[in-house]
Amino acid sequence: MAFRDGPFEKLRVPLTWAAALALIVAIVGAIVLLIADRRAGEDGDGYGAVRESFDRVAAPVGGVFAAPVRWIGQGADFVDDYFFAVSENRRLKARLAELEATRDANIALLNVNRRYQAMLGIRVEPPVPAVHARSVSESRGAFVNARLIDVGSRRGVKIGNPVINEHGLVGRVVGTTPSVSRVLLLTDVASRTPVLVDRTDARAILTGDGSGNPRLEFIRGQDAVRVGDRILSSGDGGSFPRGLPIGVAARGIDGTWRVKLFSDRGAMDFVRVLLFEDFSQLVDRRALDAAPLAGADTAPPPNAPAAPTQPAPQTAARPEASPAQPASPQPPPQPQEGAG
Amino acid sequence: MPRPAPVRVVGPLSWIVWPTLIALAVTIVLGTPIKLFRLSPPEPVIPLVLAFAWPLIRPSVLAPLALFAAGLFLDLFWGGPTGLWPLALLAVYGLTLFARNFIVGQERRVLFAWYVGGVLLAYLIVYVAVAVQAQNAPSVIALVFGILPTILLFPAANWMIETFDDGDMRFR
Repeated sequence: MAFRDGPFEKLRVPLTWAAALALIVAIVGAIVLLIADRRAGEDGDGYGAVRESFDRVAAPVGGVFAAPVRWIGQGADFVDDYFFAVSENRRLKARLAELEATRDANIALLNVNRRYQAMLGIRVEPPVPAVHARSVSESRGAFVNARLIDVGSRRGVKIGNPVINEHGLVGRVVGTTPSVSRVLLLTDVASRTPVLVDRTDARAILTGDGSGNPRLEFIRGQDAVRVGDRILSSGDGGSFPRGLPIGVAARGIDGTWRVKLFSDRGAMDFVRVLLFEDFSQLVDRRALDAAPLAGADTAPPPNAPAAPTQPAPQTAARPEASPAQPASPQPPPQPQEGAG
Repeated sequence: MPRPAPVRVVGPLSWIVWPTLIALAVTIVLGTPIKLFRLSPPEPVIPLVLAFAWPLIRPSVLAPLALFAAGLFLDLFWGGPTGLWPLALLAVYGLTLFARNFIVGQERRVLFAWYVGGVLLAYLIVYVAVAVQAQNAPSVIALVFGILPTILLFPAANWMIETFDDGDMRFR
């Protein structure tokens, strides 16, 4: 008797049906997960225990798997450096000459700026502490642009913290575990960043779409952007400090305004997480909660009887209206390595 | 009287478990944040190869569950919405299982056309789901650069089909 004529011949139909049943169950499970994930995203800001546990395990495992790739990458870098050393040297010399002039102008402007700050009593933003991190893994597709970095809540990293590299803003932290954090890059389809055009101070929203150059949307004003304009973080909304370099404006092939990111100029192996939360850490919270212009009274009508003068109530907001106290001159926010 | 031919049993460990683990390991390796000669490594969706090849090798109860697990891994590893890639992988598996009788035994060009169709279906599902969830359509150019490396993995799918198809005498 041939084998195909045996009792196993009848296995095909039930197996197909069983596979189809398993398929339907799995599809229903996937849809339920997708809906649950969407609701969790709308309801809360938690990272989720499953993701947290996964990231905690994925970082060291990924590090082991990635070790040979890193060795190959270092070898490729060596070859790359060897063949491009001359052109790189020329480029760096030109860059150095350009930056020396900029440095001298910067020193002069800093001096004038400090004197203005002292005279006007401007409250400058304090330095923002930062921690260094190494990028462990990344996703680069059209749908997700994110990275795992090897610092977490144990070093003070919180959800929302901006992440920069030596060139500019990279993204922000969207999930933390004690030892690992997930960074959503500016290019991710879910990323929205309030920015300003350095030349015109016009505001816009930087919207990622999975490509290397995120879009500039909701640009305020007409002709507010030109090709080559520097784009900085505006600080609006309090999620980022103002003035972090992001990139330069460019026209996309679809005609929209896009930004060539500074952070793409080099590898993002190492990044810095700015331990910046929002503006509430920069000012006295009681001053923020005080009624606006508390104690300030409208002027009485000209023919009204003179009211007895009452001392204005002391509120937390009053020091703002008091004569200017010379503020200690400080530079704009500079990342500082935090004691993690 | 001729002796019966020995039955070569190809268990699920050979054609489901090990390929799944290899696919996930390669995904992790390609997720390494490095640039080789100033270029980032490609990021294909390797489990799509399995989602296409498995139903052509043999219908199985374990395969959809393995695809579900692999898709969940992709969601968690890449940081996307959970359930997204399981749905896309299972859709490709379901399409191929449904059309199995049309595809099995066809020449390689036909297989390739079906494979491309499956990949496009998976990416379409993910594209729509991400666009709805983020309220922002991903870049089509970035999408094409994701699809191309995945399509280039067709030889791996073809190798799996040729290696494991009818490898088990019981299913001839």
